[in-house]
Amino acid sequence: MGEAIVITSGKGGVGKTTTTANIGAGLAQAGQRVALIDADIGLRNLDVVMGLENRIVYDLVDVVEGFAKLKHALIKDKRFENLYLLPAAQTRDKTAVSPDQMRDLVGEMKQEFDFVLIDCPAGIEQGFKNAVAGSDKAVVVATPEVSSVRDADRIIGLLEAEEKHHPSLIVNRIRPSMVKKGDMMDIDDMIEILAIDLLGVVPDDEFIVVSTNRGEPAVLNPASRAGEAYRNITRRLMGENVPMMKLDDEGQGFIGRLRKMMGLKG
Amino acid sequence: MFDLFARVFGRDDASKEVAKERLRLVLVHDRASLSPQALENLKNDLVKVISQYLDIDDQGFQVDFSRHDDAMALVANIPIRRKAATNRNSL
Repeated sequence: MGEAIVITSGKGGVGKTTTTANIGAGLAQAGQRVALIDADIGLRNLDVVMGLENRIVYDLVDVVEGFAKLKHALIKDKRFENLYLLPAAQTRDKTAVSPDQMRDLVGEMKQEFDFVLIDCPAGIEQGFKNAVAGSDKAVVVATPEVSSVRDADRIIGLLEAEEKHHPSLIVNRIRPSMVKKGDMMDIDDMIEILAIDLLGVVPDDEFIVVSTNRGEPAVLNPASRAGEAYRNITRRLMGENVPMMKLDDEGQGFIGRLRKMMGLKG
Repeated sequence: MFDLFARVFGRDDASKEVAKERLRLVLVHDRASLSPQALENLKNDLVKVISQYLDIDDQGFQVDFSRHDDAMALVANIPIRRKAATNRNSL
């Protein structure tokens, strides 16, 4: 019996889909049997981020409505035998599926897979409720910006209301040089404000744009900093204890050392 | 040079401090689903009720939310005016 994890955020554009794709590919690379569900009905994107958009025949709504069998709708990844995607329908809307149907579907998928990752749509309405319904665990993605943290806080409250306790946080697109200058909230600030456990920290990395252009998750690139962060997150999800990545590599000069020596914080 | 100095010792006007302060305020209201106006009304009502029993300083009266882990609390700080008549022996 696998574990279903919903990747959510409230705010759009903070990296839910990228996170889902990377954690999924990372888990698959580590040998886990993984299924990704794009729950963003009407605005599907996980397929393009994964580079699987040309292989779609059936979608989530087809399965729920009994048009297609789950095994026929699941798209096998190009790179990994053990990674599958269930794409969202593009021509329908969130009301095409109910939370109960999602719960049944995810339950069925957990029989086959070690991990079922659900990419949640932005917002707090039915799309959110659908995506969360069948999950065992929730991961909240937030960037170090006021709007994103505010929405993350709201989502944490709503998860609680849906009986999804103890979500964990991924801080995305952090820029160490700005944090150092005091012009960006750091990890501690965000954890303190949101009162939530930290699952991982992903530095802002231009390579994410390149990887999305190509449809190849960054986690598969050994040189990508964001990829490394996602590999760490993957290992943590598998139960390993991996220390948080050091983000102060850049600009770690004399001043940095001096401040450390003096015990001053940024 | 000043910039360097400021960086070494951390700045008070760093924009992340502004962000945190603004977030703190906005989240208090979000979490309680209570608008600043509603909080003000609550405060005024509290003043009215408590005034029936105690002589309070409604200028110093503060009502706010605080959060510890998962629990939210409404914290009211209500200064009571010490009237000359209630003078209890000098300390």
